Order: sequence, then structure tokens, then C-alpha cells
Amino acid sequence: MAHSEQEILDGLAEIIEEIVGTEPSEVTPEKSFVDDLDIDSLSMVEIAVSAQDKFGVEIPDDQLKDLKTVQDVVTFIQK
Amino acid sequence: MSQTDVVVTGLGATTPLGGDVATTWSALLEGRSGISMLDPDWHEALPVHFAGRIAQEPSEKLPRPRLRRLDRTQQFALIAAQEAWADAGSPEVDPLRLGAVVSSGIGGILTILEQYDTFREKGWKRVSPFTVPMLMPNSPAAAVSLEFTARAGAHAPVSACASSAEAIANAVDMIRAGRADIVIAGGTEAAIHPLNIASFASMRALSTRNDDPQGASRPWDVSRDGFVMGEGAGIVVLESAEHAARRGARVYAHAVGVGYTNDAHDIVQPDPEGTGQTRAIHQALGDADLAPSDIVHVNAHATSTPAGDVAETVAIRTALGDSAADRVAVTSTKSMTGHLLGGAGAVESIATVLALHEGRIPPTINIDELDPNAVVDIVRDKPRDLPGGDAAAINESFGFGGHNVALVFRRP
Repeated sequence: MAHSEQEILDGLAEIIEEIVGTEPSEVTPEKSFVDDLDIDSLSMVEIAVSAQDKFGVEIPDDQLKDLKTVQDVVTFIQK
Repeated sequence: MSQTDVVVTGLGATTPLGGDVATTWSALLEGRSGISMLDPDWHEALPVHFAGRIAQEPSEKLPRPRLRRLDRTQQFALIAAQEAWADAGSPEVDPLRLGAVVSSGIGGILTILEQYDTFREKGWKRVSPFTVPMLMPNSPAAAVSLEFTARAGAHAPVSACASSAEAIANAVDMIRAGRADIVIAGGTEAAIHPLNIASFASMRALSTRNDDPQGASRPWDVSRDGFVMGEGAGIVVLESAEHAARRGARVYAHAVGVGYTNDAHDIVQPDPEGTGQTRAIHQALGDADLAPSDIVHVNAHATSTPAGDVAETVAIRTALGDSAADRVAVTSTKSMTGHLLGGAGAVESIATVLALHEGRIPPTINIDELDPNAVVDIVRDKPRDLPGGDAAAINESFGFGGHNVALVFRRP
């Protein structure tokens, strides 16, 4: 079942809050995980696994490293 | 040869008696036990139904996202270190001159066991990517170093139940060697899990006094039957006296002597002659340039085991000689905290330092009938006042593997 862009964004914000404690309102599409949200590579692995549970979309490791911004992940999940 | 004078300027602890030093200390003086019953689900599988659980859960002090990526040993260490650092006045120090020596006897075993369960149930992808930095034995030292930007070096000496005494000893040496002006030092343990209880129980090392958990840790009582597992952490801020004086820091005590030896007798049994313990005290006194008659108090390792408690008193008497040994007041705070394993030496060093600083020695509780083979004066039932003036005290810690560590603290 496809998810709307907003659903994915909200779900992602929820996961990020759980894992690194970032305020959900901070998680906006243009934000970079590393530079803006201060999320390290190990936390990105956790986020990817949680996103897989939530949206049923697996993010392979070789693609994960190319997902720099929140929008990149939203697009990937939506594709 | 004169060496750098090292002082204690900050104290922090989280123990079965309290979430900080003040509550722990007042419970020690009141003679309160921190032992409680374990989860009833564990009872059937285990011969021991109680332990010294920490009084205040880390979730009350650290935010959830931080807790997720820290092993429980690291959580305890950080909480105690934050308290100690604030207690020291949050000193301004060059990160290159700040060190961390923080031990754990066992390491991140709860992480290992939890993640192994996850692995078996859900597969490798569900294993936390933080598993390795949580389980490694140096993880508490690394977490403290990261928290306070301690770049002079971070170390984690591991010597079972002597680990955190050794950490403090190493920290003193680190300052004396000129490697740091301040070192955050101590130890932590968080190992209350059915497997660990089963492991110590299978050695017949634990008390099984299930009908009287708070009476189970009873060093030197004739009916003692083993130690009581505890969890928690103790951290001290050690500083060169010169650095402390320059910033006008409050000084609790001078850390004047360290002694380390090994029995090389048996992997777990203490040497019945106690020569390794005696040598550790001699070394520490020599290092401190003090005489046995300067020692007024010993916070003993005494864990409530049939063999160890008495042997320790013999070693104290041998080490100090009869006239000094007759005047020394000995206590075991493990009667109240249980045995914090890798956290024990540091929490007991804090008790030793506070006994000097506050002029009161916490009692050993639960002695209904004192073992007549205990050959020193045991402070029992209620605290004892320590007169003012020059005085020094020893904290002793021993660990499986034959490790003996003695630390000498002196009043300012």
C-alpha cells in the first residue's frame, strides 16, 4: 500500500525522535541527516531498519549512503 | 623522592542506597540495607532471589535517545561522573590535560545478552548497530571521556572486583606521571541478570538467605554465607594539588598512596596467608610515606564470604603490626550496598574519603554474632566518630584473579 508524502514524513519524524531525540518539527524535507540533524551513520542504520518496519520498504546499504536528506528518504520509500 | 601531590576534589555515585553521594552517604550512616527482592519471574530458576538494585533508574536522569545507545554500565558511569564533575566545581581544564580512568569488572554483559536474544529471535539486521560500542569493557571510560572531552587518555583497567580501585590507583599514577592535571576515575557495574546470578551461584559465592534479603550481606557475622550482588557506580575527580589550589577547589582528601599486588595462588580463592593483601598495604603505605600508626580506619573489601572476611582481618593485622592494628577501626559498607563488583572499589573509596572528611565511620550492619576469628576492631551496628586532626585511611579491594589493591587517603 502506497503512503502519502506527508505520512512518510510524519512517520520518519517519529522514528527519528525515538532514535535520536530530535523534535519532530525539526524534521523537514530539505534537512540533511548529517549536517542539519546531527545523525551519525550508526543511527542511520537504526533509522533505516525502523523505516523498513514501518513502511515495508527495504533500504539496501549501498543505497542508504546516497540518501542525504529527509526528502531523499521520503522519495525512496514512495518510489 | 617527592612526587606530585594528588587530591580528591569531586565525588559522584549511584548505588543501591541512593542516586547520588549525599543519599548514599546518609543511608550508610543510618545503617540501611539497599538489598531488595528480584523479579519474581526469576525465582524459580535461581537459588538466589535478591540483589542490590540501583535506587534510582538511569531513565530518571538521562534522556531516552541517550539511554538507547549506552550500556547500563555506561549510564551509571555517566550519571556518577556528572555528579562528581559538578561537585568538583565543573573545573576549567585544557582537554589535553584531562583524563578518564573508568573500569567495569564484567563490561557490557547486559547488552551482550539482550542483543544475543534479539539476534536469535529476529536475525542479524535487528542487532543494534551500537552493540559493539556498548559491550566493550572500555565503553564506560570512552563515554566519560567523550562527555567531558578528556583527551589526555582514557583507560579501563580490568581486575574483577578490584577494577575501580585499580582505576583510582592508575589515575593517581597518571597525574603523578605528569600526563594529566585532572582525571575522572572510578568504576561501574550493571550485571544483574539471571545468567550472572547463576554463574556466581554455581561457584557457591552468593548468599542464599532468601528469607532475609536485607540480612544477607553480613560481613564477619558467624552465619555469613556469601556475597550479595549489587549494581552501581562510583566516580571521583582527582586533581594535582597544585591545579586544585590554583582554582581554589575544595579538597576532600589527598590520595597519597597506591599499592597493587597479585596472589598468583588460585584463580578465585584468596591466598589463606593473605601475603598479597599485606604486601599491597605495605606498598601503599610506603608510597604514601606514612607509618602504620597514621592509619585510623580501613574500609575493608569484606564481602560476607566465609573465607575472605576473616583472612582480610589477619592480613590487616599483619600489615599494620599489632599496636597500630589494635587502634584501627574497620568497616565493610558492602553490608549495606551489597557487592558492586567493578563499582565496589570506587564507591568504597568515596565512603573512605567521606569518613575522613565528615569524621564518621559507617557501620557494618547485620552482625548478630561477630566471628571470633576477626582479629581487628569492627565498627558495627552504628557509626563511629573519628576524632579530628591528622588521619589517614585505607580502602582495600580484591578481585578474582588474585588482584589486591590498597589505596591510602589522608586528611588535608
